[in-house]
Amino acid sequence: MNIYLYIAVMAGVTFLIRVLPLTLIRKEIKNKTVRSFLYYVPYVTLAVMTFPAILEATQSPTAGLVAFLAALVLAFFGRSLFQVAVASCLTVFIVELFTHPFW
Amino acid sequence: MTRKKWFLKGMKAGIPISLGYFAVAIALGIAARNAGFNPFQAALTSLLINASAGEYVGFDMVRVGAPILVLALMELVANARYLLMSASMSQKLKPGVGTLQRLLLGFTVTDEIFGVSMGLPVPLDPCFTYGAFCVATAGWTSGTFVGALLGNILPISVLSALGVGLFGMFISIFVPEARRNKVVGALVLISFALSAGFHYLPYLRNINSGITTIVLTVVISLGAAIFFPIKDKTDKEEKTESEETA
Repeated sequence: MNIYLYIAVMAGVTFLIRVLPLTLIRKEIKNKTVRSFLYYVPYVTLAVMTFPAILEATQSPTAGLVAFLAALVLAFFGRSLFQVAVASCLTVFIVELFTHPFW
Repeated sequence: MTRKKWFLKGMKAGIPISLGYFAVAIALGIAARNAGFNPFQAALTSLLINASAGEYVGFDMVRVGAPILVLALMELVANARYLLMSASMSQKLKPGVGTLQRLLLGFTVTDEIFGVSMGLPVPLDPCFTYGAFCVATAGWTSGTFVGALLGNILPISVLSALGVGLFGMFISIFVPEARRNKVVGALVLISFALSAGFHYLPYLRNINSGITTIVLTVVISLGAAIFFPIKDKTDKEEKTESEETA
């Protein structure tokens, strides 16, 4: 099968999913429940996607767990997106020096 | 703020996203290569689809030679959360944004781009999102290309460390709101718990993770909306410090 056909199907489906609500919902939603729902969605979906997936993004779950906790603490105390992201990467690298030494 | 200023502000917010994307996309490029994509085709996929889970699923379907209809359905499941994000974004948008802009804006919706856009303390100017997207997708597309070209050369310790960067970004988006709003704080903990349940418990863990994500998002958010509706529009505008961080 032609790889470009696969790419086109993937791109088409994904594009429709992404643009339909934005183009169809033109007005400010007045319904309180719907408004509340849409307010909660981003935080809930990001939280659902973060844990426990972060434990499996690394070579050792321990490194993922330590990075998770470090990121939670740093974000809680108002560190920036960039600082939190870099700190979690460094945490994994350092923890894995012990759990998965490459020397 | 002018459109140019919004675009530049967006580009700045896109830098850490781009770095994280580059790292994650290398792994994606390796998956593409295993599915028989050459580096150009892999990069094209990333440019057009711009979705980690969606692309992983897609590459996997191609690798096993799944029928086109199955590919389309899996793509729908893996990316269904963008439907909610797009709906959520429609309410954040500043007034007077036309159809063409909405199509363009919809195309840029990813977890991270959505995250920084919704984190703004003011109604969204699409130029901010375009700025973030342009920088971010450069990292995403080039990372995929590099991964498909020479992914096997990078040490695994580096890939492993870079891979958590995106989760760090997610955390820095929901934690500040959880600190400000007790309901969001509780929802985050509930989300962690249920997500872990669906990941580890027998039977539940067999469910496709794209389905799990969308079902949990809908159930938890809907429950919260019914029992803890947001008070008033002005309440939401009060969050001022959030986007200084990005």
